[in-house]
Amino acid sequence: MVKPLEGLLVLEFSQFMAGPTAGLRLADLGARVIKIERPVKGEAGRQIAIRNIFIDGDSLVFHTINRNKESYAADLKNPEDLERVKKLIAQADVVTHNFRPGVMEKIGLDYASVQAINPKVIYGVVTGYGSTGPWASRPGQDLLIQSLSGLTYLSDTNNAGPVPFGLAVADIMCGAHFVQGILAALIKRGKTQKSVLVEVSLLESVLDLQFEFLTTHLNDGGQLPPRSSVKGSGHAYLSAPYGIYKTADNYLALAMGKLHEIGKITGADISAYSTIASWFENRDEIMTLLAEQLATKTTAEWLAVFEPKDIWCSEVLTYAQSLHHEAFETMGIQQQVILPDGSSLSTTRCPIRIDHTRLYSTVPAPRPGVHTDSIDEQFNLTEA
Amino acid sequence: MKPLDGYLVVDFSQFLSGPSAGLRLADLGARVIKIERPETGDICRHLYTSNVIMNGESSVFHAINRNKESYVADLKKEADKERLWKLIKKADIVMHNYRPGVMERLGFDYESVKAVNPNVIYGEISGYGNAGPWKDKPGQDLLLQSLTGLTWLTGNAGGPVPMGLSIIDMLAGTHLAQGILASLVRKSIKGEGALVQVSMLESAYDLQFEAVTTYYYDGKLPERSEKNNAHAYLGAPYGIYQTANGYIALAMGSIPQLGQLLKCDALLPYTDVGSAFHLRDEIKSILAAHLLTGTTESWLAVLQPADIWCAEVLSWDTLQEQEGFKALDMIQEVTMQDGYRYRTTRCPIRIDGELMTSPKGSPALGQDNAAILHELNTTG
Repeated sequence: MVKPLEGLLVLEFSQFMAGPTAGLRLADLGARVIKIERPVKGEAGRQIAIRNIFIDGDSLVFHTINRNKESYAADLKNPEDLERVKKLIAQADVVTHNFRPGVMEKIGLDYASVQAINPKVIYGVVTGYGSTGPWASRPGQDLLIQSLSGLTYLSDTNNAGPVPFGLAVADIMCGAHFVQGILAALIKRGKTQKSVLVEVSLLESVLDLQFEFLTTHLNDGGQLPPRSSVKGSGHAYLSAPYGIYKTADNYLALAMGKLHEIGKITGADISAYSTIASWFENRDEIMTLLAEQLATKTTAEWLAVFEPKDIWCSEVLTYAQSLHHEAFETMGIQQQVILPDGSSLSTTRCPIRIDHTRLYSTVPAPRPGVHTDSIDEQFNLTEA
Repeated sequence: MKPLDGYLVVDFSQFLSGPSAGLRLADLGARVIKIERPETGDICRHLYTSNVIMNGESSVFHAINRNKESYVADLKKEADKERLWKLIKKADIVMHNYRPGVMERLGFDYESVKAVNPNVIYGEISGYGNAGPWKDKPGQDLLLQSLTGLTWLTGNAGGPVPMGLSIIDMLAGTHLAQGILASLVRKSIKGEGALVQVSMLESAYDLQFEAVTTYYYDGKLPERSEKNNAHAYLGAPYGIYQTANGYIALAMGSIPQLGQLLKCDALLPYTDVGSAFHLRDEIKSILAAHLLTGTTESWLAVLQPADIWCAEVLSWDTLQEQEGFKALDMIQEVTMQDGYRYRTTRCPIRIDGELMTSPKGSPALGQDNAAILHELNTTG
């Protein structure tokens, strides 16, 4: 199979997470992605670690986000380096960056300048809060964006205060939208043969993530998310039984529907709640009644009675269980990246399958500038 | 012009995952026709959240399905199927999110569609993929969160805490749109169609790719902090803290520097960089007690000039009052065919400086049947 983006060249000036996750997706879909990095140190994301894990000088997070890419070292303040980069831009299909507003203008690689070098370029920009307005210069960091966006009032219980999503969800959604925008731009370019500017921001992406409930909020008189007070409740806007319950040995997730059947099976007396509306209005009482009963048997015992009745439920797994589960292994989600010393690193693969093919790549994240010479040669960048 | 102007999407999907992909394609310029069953239509029309009803249907349906057309067909009736095939022949993209095997039974699976429309891009979302022991399980967001380990990342240490919206549905829809768009790029160059498959299971792990890669590396499960948890894998101060009049989010900053800026001497001894992670519960409890003694504004006034990454914590009502929010122009008003108007968010992507907005509201069930049939009859 020809990967969908084979033959396309992407230059990634982006750092940290949102932009580089987009680069990773484009790479897995077949594009050639070259990171343009400052000499020696490389991009700042190389030093951002979780659990302080570093491999071969770079954080494990960096390895995870930047596998399947090349690295070209250039000091953009050095005119000779800049000249070479411009020659490379002239041959590229896509250029991405996530500098704060004004930085690329100063370097001379803003959209207008890049367009002049390459009139068919796709120029992609990631910001925190858009490029205008009073927040434009604030740091575009995931937790801050979550906090400003209202997202922290959706999870956990109403007495827990604001609770952020426990991973960089704004970065991830924004990177995903960036990919969509870049691909749409490539389709547009196919028709017009002209350059296209693509802009996304972390804040817009995390608002889009909440679009169902923002729409509800905008049309219900401005009510705020009604989180339940019951621990394990799964969703501010959904009725009982939606949530996770403690069982005699573990936990059980119960999604929507069939409340009375669940009541009957568990022995919880919820007969007072006969209308569908009451399943929402009296959610806390119902969940408390269910919780009392569900605590009396093991998860396996409940699954054995719920599943045959097509009640939507599941066990609650940790990585130790789920990543070794046959369902996970069947999908071939794990892949190996081969590091320069021959050792390997396990990570996940691209979640999209094309023409029955899973998209794997063993190519690791590059050391800073490791491909500079070969790229100079291949693209004739050093010739006067 | 919008990037996908001129493309036709025939969308059999329901609920959130598939239809959210359809919405993105519509906002990018494609014409999206929802294929819905008679009488009930997309089940999401009556999947109410907090019992909010807008113009007789659920608020989330209106959010997900604006900017689309609705065509009703009974997939078990031959006459309806025949007409549908005419439409499918014209489609650039066909997509669905039925459980594995259903489209084969209905006769609209990839091989059958490809036989009449060889260059079609055919997209599908399943819950857990088309094979394996979970393939027939309901592809429901909370179950996916529970089965993939996601519930051990949010909230403080203790029991599992789901993320409070259908994040896996959203992401699977996003990935489907990516796959379809990538295939359209290839089609525009090479002319060939594609089968694009995603699953909520794969999307759930992609969301957790950093944590899963870390687990592969050190074999340790995520450990959330006792209090003020925001990220199981990050040290203090990363978290949200209560203040005298609200909350403040603190993303990073060295602990002694924070001690100096906030005039909190108890933080000064934590000079070892590693301690921010290893002693984070201790540090966070000192910070939490101290931040309660001042207002959010007073802390921001000290921290922001020092370039410490921090922010106030807003809810939707206070957010909408902010100039920074207004500058985004994120809210649009749309109108249904019967004149019902509602406000909703717009597509988060800007192309050539343009907002991808559309005034078109969600369709009433089957509202476009007559026009589409007329089109099919007159254009063959």
